[in-house]
Amino acid sequence: MFALETFISLELQRAWLNRPTCILLGVVLGLLMIANLAVLILKRQPEGNINAAMLRRFDLRLRAWWMMCVILIAGFLLRYVGTVVLFWAVSFWALREFVTMTPTRRGDHRALFWVFFVFTPLQYVLVGLGHELYGLYSIVIPVYGSLFIPARIAMSGDHKRFLERSAKISVGLLICVYALSYAPALLDLELLTWKPAPATGSLSTEEGMDLPAAPIEVDGIQDGPTRNGDQKQRPWNGSNAGLLFFLVLIVQLSDVFQYIWGRLLGHRVIAPEINASRTWEGFIGGVATTTIVGTLLWWATPFRLWEAACMSLIIAIMAFAGGMTLSAVKRDRGVADTGTLVQGHAGVLDRIDSICFAAPVFFHLTRYFFSAI
Amino acid sequence: MHKFLDTERPESVVTQKPAGLTLTATLLSFVAKFMAGASIRWLDCQPDTCQRVYFANHTSHLDALVLWSSLPRNIRALTRPVAARDYWDKSVFRRHIAASLNALLIDRQKIKVHRSPVEMMIRAIGDTHSLIVFPEGGRNVDDEMGEFKSGLYYLGKKRPDLELVPVYVDNLNRVLPRGEFLPVPLLSCITIGPPIWLESGEKKNDFLVRARDAVLRLKDV
Repeated sequence: MFALETFISLELQRAWLNRPTCILLGVVLGLLMIANLAVLILKRQPEGNINAAMLRRFDLRLRAWWMMCVILIAGFLLRYVGTVVLFWAVSFWALREFVTMTPTRRGDHRALFWVFFVFTPLQYVLVGLGHELYGLYSIVIPVYGSLFIPARIAMSGDHKRFLERSAKISVGLLICVYALSYAPALLDLELLTWKPAPATGSLSTEEGMDLPAAPIEVDGIQDGPTRNGDQKQRPWNGSNAGLLFFLVLIVQLSDVFQYIWGRLLGHRVIAPEINASRTWEGFIGGVATTTIVGTLLWWATPFRLWEAACMSLIIAIMAFAGGMTLSAVKRDRGVADTGTLVQGHAGVLDRIDSICFAAPVFFHLTRYFFSAI
Repeated sequence: MHKFLDTERPESVVTQKPAGLTLTATLLSFVAKFMAGASIRWLDCQPDTCQRVYFANHTSHLDALVLWSSLPRNIRALTRPVAARDYWDKSVFRRHIAASLNALLIDRQKIKVHRSPVEMMIRAIGDTHSLIVFPEGGRNVDDEMGEFKSGLYYLGKKRPDLELVPVYVDNLNRVLPRGEFLPVPLLSCITIGPPIWLESGEKKNDFLVRARDAVLRLKDV
């Protein structure tokens, strides 16, 4: 027990899992536990009282959330490289689901091999090497990958549906690997904030939750304009891990709220051909609720209230876009669900589609406006 | 239920420890399962150590390995894939793999009357082992499944007690197509269906068509 306490206090000092992040994590784990208990109790109820199919789907969702928490916490304990490796594994699995779902021809085999065993590792290695390589990891797949894939397919000599096949593989790589790799990349940003500096010795301010013992020294930023007043950004001595957790949490909440609002009020379906359960009511209600909740979580992020609101709004909209896009991919294949091939597995792609779309946008906004580039 | 089990097959078979699973075999099954992302579905059929002949469509070199790896461990130890000697006898590496899987190598070229493949299979399984066979005889080139060769019929005729279990292997041809040597880690699915038997007086061709349909039916379930 003592060792655990020492360990936790060490973690706190390193400002990796700082107090606001731990609080957020604790609240989420608590909510998950309550939800699990509720499911257990509902399962005991006699048949007919409850919608069994819905309960089962919720149970699966819960399991996915537990899994996400486990991955994130394990990643946080293993630090930056650990998190990158875990996201690599998630990308790998999502990509294999994506390619399994979309039919390819024999001529695509070698190109697929490159995608799985060269481009995917390369992207994560570059991300893992840190933000100095941002210039490379932000273009290696969209530029070089997109040029390489059609060329490699052309060399295989099969011209049937050539453009379609190239597009399928490129899009798979872009969504499952490139976009998702921005999530762990958040951990390596040197974040700045507009929030006022904490009054030393006082625990009442919002920033008082950060341990004053461990300020992050950023060369060239600490001195100079920061002390002049509140007009300049100053280094944020919070936790990047908390920011990643914030992103994942908001995306998941957006999915949940859109579902709930859709069930409660939804009747104007946005695109019945793509997804019959996504309605305007669900979308607007979900985005609004997510924005409110995200705003209330500003204390775990480097954002001020209105900034947290904007970020949450954008994350919620992107999460919606991701869900719609993956629905369209599935419809193109003629299936509502991912089919028997993927069914026996985790269905990772279904769970991370919204994160994939939200991560790059959130990363870039944070990088432009809240980091020492 | 226990009484039934006891009379049906010797106690030694039911409780036999998984024997003969070498390090290579364990490693191979792990790698195969990971690369092929195989999920296994048992439809109206349960895993059992009774003597069976699993017959499947053949689309990739990985078929036998992945199907074998997907079986529960105790069944795996009793199940022997039937493979072509001309392919698996070629190098030390292939021979080692074949030996690790306890594969039964059959000569496709030099078939003699007194050493026919069916005779060899029956002798090899004795009263404990099961077999994995691919009755198409070779990997099919296009997606269409080939006609079945007659071996399955003779197996059923000479050993009517064997359960003939249809298996449909899905998507492995995309993991490792014909002529490729590097696999792409997609997901695949192995569906195991209800056993069939040779009906009394059933014609050879009728039975082979019925067996092929039994495999094809699993495709869309």
